[in-house]
Amino acid sequence: MRDRDDQRRIDRLGALLAGIGALAAVLLPFVIAKPNRIVAGEPLGLVAALPGAAGWPVAAVLLLAGVLTILDRRPGVRLAVAGAALAAVCLAVGVAADGLTPEGDRYGRVSPGGAFWLLAAVSLLAATDALARMSLRPAGRIGALVIAAGATAALLASGAWADLSFMREYAARADVFWREAARHGVLAVGSLAAAIAMGLPLGILCHRSARLRQALMPTLTLIQTIPSMALFGILMAPLGALAAALPLAHDLGIRGIGLAPALLALFLYALLPVVANTAVGLADVPAAVTDAGRGMGLTDRQLLTRVELPLAFPVILTGIRIVLVQNIGLATVAALIGGGGFGTFVFQGIGQTAMDLVLLGAVPTIALAFASAVILDAAAEAARRRPA
Amino acid sequence: MIELDHVTKRYGDAAVVDDVSLTVERGTIMVIVGTSGSGKSTLLRMINRLVAPTKGRILIDGRDTAGLPEHDLRRGIGYAIQGHGLFPHRTVAENIATVPRLLKWEKDRVDERIDALLAAFALEPGLFRDKYPHQLSGGEQQRVGVARALAADPAVLLMDEPFGALDPIIRDKAQEDLLAVQRRLGTTVVLVTHDMDEAFRLGHRVAVMADGRVRQVGTPADLLTRPADAFVSRLTGTNDRALKLLSVRPVGSVVSPGPADGPPLPETASLRDALSALLWSGARALPVADASGRPLGRVTLDAVLASGRVG
Amino acid sequence: MRVATALRLALVALLAAFLAAPDWFEPVFAPLTENGAPAIYRQASLLQLTIAHLGTVAVASLAATVVAVGLGIFVSRPAGADFLPLSRAIVNVGQTFPPVAVLALAVPAVGFGTAPTLIALFLYGLLPIFENTLAGLRQVPAAVLDSARGMGLTGRQRLVEVELPLALPVILAGVRYSVVVSIGTATIGSTVAARGLGEVIIAGLTSGNTAFVLQGGLVVGVTAVLIHDGLLAAERRAMAARASKA
Repeated sequence: MRDRDDQRRIDRLGALLAGIGALAAVLLPFVIAKPNRIVAGEPLGLVAALPGAAGWPVAAVLLLAGVLTILDRRPGVRLAVAGAALAAVCLAVGVAADGLTPEGDRYGRVSPGGAFWLLAAVSLLAATDALARMSLRPAGRIGALVIAAGATAALLASGAWADLSFMREYAARADVFWREAARHGVLAVGSLAAAIAMGLPLGILCHRSARLRQALMPTLTLIQTIPSMALFGILMAPLGALAAALPLAHDLGIRGIGLAPALLALFLYALLPVVANTAVGLADVPAAVTDAGRGMGLTDRQLLTRVELPLAFPVILTGIRIVLVQNIGLATVAALIGGGGFGTFVFQGIGQTAMDLVLLGAVPTIALAFASAVILDAAAEAARRRPA
Repeated sequence: MIELDHVTKRYGDAAVVDDVSLTVERGTIMVIVGTSGSGKSTLLRMINRLVAPTKGRILIDGRDTAGLPEHDLRRGIGYAIQGHGLFPHRTVAENIATVPRLLKWEKDRVDERIDALLAAFALEPGLFRDKYPHQLSGGEQQRVGVARALAADPAVLLMDEPFGALDPIIRDKAQEDLLAVQRRLGTTVVLVTHDMDEAFRLGHRVAVMADGRVRQVGTPADLLTRPADAFVSRLTGTNDRALKLLSVRPVGSVVSPGPADGPPLPETASLRDALSALLWSGARALPVADASGRPLGRVTLDAVLASGRVG
Repeated sequence: MRVATALRLALVALLAAFLAAPDWFEPVFAPLTENGAPAIYRQASLLQLTIAHLGTVAVASLAATVVAVGLGIFVSRPAGADFLPLSRAIVNVGQTFPPVAVLALAVPAVGFGTAPTLIALFLYGLLPIFENTLAGLRQVPAAVLDSARGMGLTGRQRLVEVELPLALPVILAGVRYSVVVSIGTATIGSTVAARGLGEVIIAGLTSGNTAFVLQGGLVVGVTAVLIHDGLLAAERRAMAARASKA
């Protein structure tokens, strides 16, 4: 197999990605210009969308990137090429929006079209592939994430995208955006913190008592099968009743709608991964190790804190990763019961068929979940490599 | 007959097998012995084209193996490996039937063959046919693995460290079984091992490999008495070379006429066994008999000692 | 084991009774309503909603299974080797796409209704099955594959007779997980006007009627548990049948 690889020059994945990108660039609109948010827009191709002849150099960069990604198998080159293509596409869409928006127009909307999305997607996939082939160590992966986040922040702060539709939606509601962002964070991280505070001891107890494990695990698994919308809704009633019965609870912010039932629901979903992974992590500690620890005279408590928990830590961290990523996604549903978060924009957008608004909610959610996954994966792997 | 004609395998710039020529006579056992990384497994795997040679030709009974579709070639060559590689989701019978089924044998013929092979390897067919590999002991798994390799009556059997995972007593039995089965079927066997004692015990001829090259090919006695270089002599052992030499020669080779007292030795016993028996009994000579018990003569202590000397 | 089976049968009977004649259960849900609001959802038949819900899940899961297993096989062949690193990376981060976002982003492409739900469930269902197909194929012991090759099985024969049967339990576990997650996720489809049990929950949320929310949630949850157990039992039976086959 190895000798066959040497002879074959073409990278098939590169060919597929470049092919999709080329077809998209030729066949699909690069941007869609609308006089206002509601009416149907005018689709414009890559060259037509950019002012003057600016489309041609962009097309040339993309073409070169496509050819290189097919022919060059070195991951470093492929990463640079994918990054260049992504930068070209992102800058071009900003320039196009700027050129197509008349000075002082507040109603016009220039949305990225299919060609932009697909070109950006294949560039991202090519970059991901190059990174995967480099098999970076945890620190390298975090570094790559920081660079990507920095580039994104620079792009957004530079104002290059200021005339794009979803950035205009953002500009119109920047205050609300950051409030909902904070709310989203509280929902995801708050429920996680509560789940760790409660789940860790429960997991330790489950490890020690088979009876507790047999009673608790099926219950927690059952909770996972209740659809999120329903669990959010079901919790509204008892919390509403609690607030009505106890003015103190009401004053503390516990109400039937809003943050409280959403936090409680996310907490309940988060319990299973934390408890299960703690129990599994402890069970996976080799018997010879605990035996040796006991033989050296460690008390149960010392054994737990100095031997078992440190060894189980990577598995527990994996459970925390599952919870955080899952909760960031599920927190969007909280908007349905007035819990706030990025879901507010998603559901408003669906209600008004305003996709720019959906994007304003969906893209940060995905970015947040993705970043959390990368960071916690890297942390778990680092913990595995160098057990405490 | 298997002929390897200037065979080379390169991965990148590194030659794993470097210009090896070797002939294995029909019906004999050739053992390829060497340290890990010597290229011995790669050489073996080129015979059934699991690895394609970079250069050179391999002929089986005069036919170039490159001319056949790979899977057809392999169906005609038995293949047994360390860790047996039995299909865990198939019964013993189904495992053995693999190649006959690929060759579209009649069902009756396949069944007959399975029972005959199980019996040949001392596995009661009624008991073992329908067992799954995980229900067998290590030694039984290994025997089924060899039986599976022999299922379609191949003229050539390739074995890659087939007994490496077995404990010494079971390994001894497995080697004995292999010799018996090979004698009966007349299969041409190429076996790879890193164990010199196994090589001397099984091989009609032994090829010593190092760094992708064959250092020496010859009978076990050749290798012991006339090692080609320091590497071969180190590999064949320095301190107990005389004992090794005795162990590869049969009593039959030094029988002289004359009487002797005591229990007779079989003519196929090694001189090492004869020496042990002579030392133990304190006798100067012991009688020798053939397989049917007919007296052939005697073996003397002096004759044994003379055989342990170089030359 | 006996007790669990009896419990499951009872659950099936209860679910069937509720779907066939929800009005019998009015007294159970009545205490949850206020101001004389209806205790049982009557805008549409619960049975039909359940069938539509499960139909959507079945179609999406079937398509996801076919595509994911096919892709898993492809990237594990020499011809698909170029695609393996990216596939692994996607599997690793794919679950970070929240279903709500996938659903919402599918709407501009295909409009409202069942279609975006099908797409979201399909995409979301791909990952666990793909991941398990890869894992299942990878855990086939090297010695088994080597001897299969050495005995002259062609690439196709190795796949069909050795690799897939040995990977099957892992692949089926992926399908089971995917189906159960889809049953829950499909409720969100009702926010983009797909027919399904989410409709009942949404009606409850918008009118502040906890009885609706609870009955919608319970039907989905109980169905998911029962289907999970049913698939698990079917898998075990299939494995046992294979193991006892002479």
